[in-house]
Amino acid sequence: MVTVTRPSIKDIWRWLAEVPDPEIPVISVTDLGIVRDVAWDGDTLVVTVTPTYSGCPATTVINLDIERALNEKGIESVRLERQLSPAWTTDWISAEGREKLKAYGIAPPVDGTAADGRLLERAERLSGRSNLTIACPRCGSTRTEKISQFGSTPCKASYRCSDCLEPFDYFKCI
Amino acid sequence: MASATATEAAVDRAAVFEFLLSMGDNALILGHRLSEWCGHAPALEEDIALANTALDLIGQTQLWLGLAGEIEGKGRSADDLAHHRDALEFRNLLLTERPNGDYGKTVMRQFLFDAWHYLCLTALRDSSETRIAAIAEKASKEASYHLERSRDLVIRLGDGTAESHTRMQAALDDLWPYTGEMFMNEASDAELAAAGVAPQPASLKNGWDALVAEALAEATLKKPVDGYMHKGGKRGVHTEHLGYVLAELQFLQRAYPGATW
Repeated sequence: MVTVTRPSIKDIWRWLAEVPDPEIPVISVTDLGIVRDVAWDGDTLVVTVTPTYSGCPATTVINLDIERALNEKGIESVRLERQLSPAWTTDWISAEGREKLKAYGIAPPVDGTAADGRLLERAERLSGRSNLTIACPRCGSTRTEKISQFGSTPCKASYRCSDCLEPFDYFKCI
Repeated sequence: MASATATEAAVDRAAVFEFLLSMGDNALILGHRLSEWCGHAPALEEDIALANTALDLIGQTQLWLGLAGEIEGKGRSADDLAHHRDALEFRNLLLTERPNGDYGKTVMRQFLFDAWHYLCLTALRDSSETRIAAIAEKASKEASYHLERSRDLVIRLGDGTAESHTRMQAALDDLWPYTGEMFMNEASDAELAAAGVAPQPASLKNGWDALVAEALAEATLKKPVDGYMHKGGKRGVHTEHLGYVLAELQFLQRAYPGATW
């Protein structure tokens, strides 16, 4: 009988912080806030992940990447579990993740605008009845306009800066 | 070890299964319709937006049909249910299988559906069946974006040029007789509502009327009078269009059963 020393949960979280998002590789899965729990079930490590969008094709790749990264650290048995509720919100993206998004050219989600299904209140906030602005990640100008509700992935919208004229992605709030 | 849920306790499993099929089939068929625009939309941004909306809907389909298969308990997966049922077994609203038509018609169909979908999902967040509530919580966030977008486009095109206005009014008049089905109560709906699993379809009507009337007024479009309303989709009686959708959607699994890649 061999006694195997299991890595600590803290170490595992540190390793997960190095697993990049496949679509936006500058941020990690923990920056995104999609890893909800890490726990041992006997000799199996259970990693609970919540999807960003129901149909996001990256979800499968993310699960594979997490499993591979943990296998490489010597954890042989990994089980990925999906947790739908509470539903993922962009409010869970870490402060560090927001800075990384901005440096990468994607305007990070603006706090407190998460949809949360409350359409009308949000529509009011977004329709100019508040001082909400999406700043250009390139020049910082707040004179920007929305081109389309959707961008290159479901989680982003397309914007354009009216000052430097640069088109950019905005990581929209849900 | 599974906790007793409302489904197991009080409600007929078959009624819940049928309900889940209707939620999944609406998302699947409309998602497929939207995907038909991929590479053909009038502007790149619209093409991307439609593909993304389709992606959300297909993702939701996996959740609804996955749970349907789980509750049915015969080992059928979401893929099995999507690819191995024929038209008579589909439970989607007739509205979702209407052909795309011109872009205005696609946008109008989307708005009429999104308004209902958003209200329905919002109500389902309080479902006594926790697995349904969890899917609704996730999907309602996506649906709120769909509604924001389709509502905005209906207003822009309705209150746009003479040409766009005419086309949007024609689309509205053409699709209106397919909206009544969303609010018709079937026999099993009362049972589901009594158990708190899902709202009675008719209970969503007032909210939908208000939402639609407000947008149409801003779009300078004339709301048609409620006349004869087509029905049957929720019981598997479909228009001829669904067969063509399924012929394309299910082709691969029909020709090469069990194919994977």
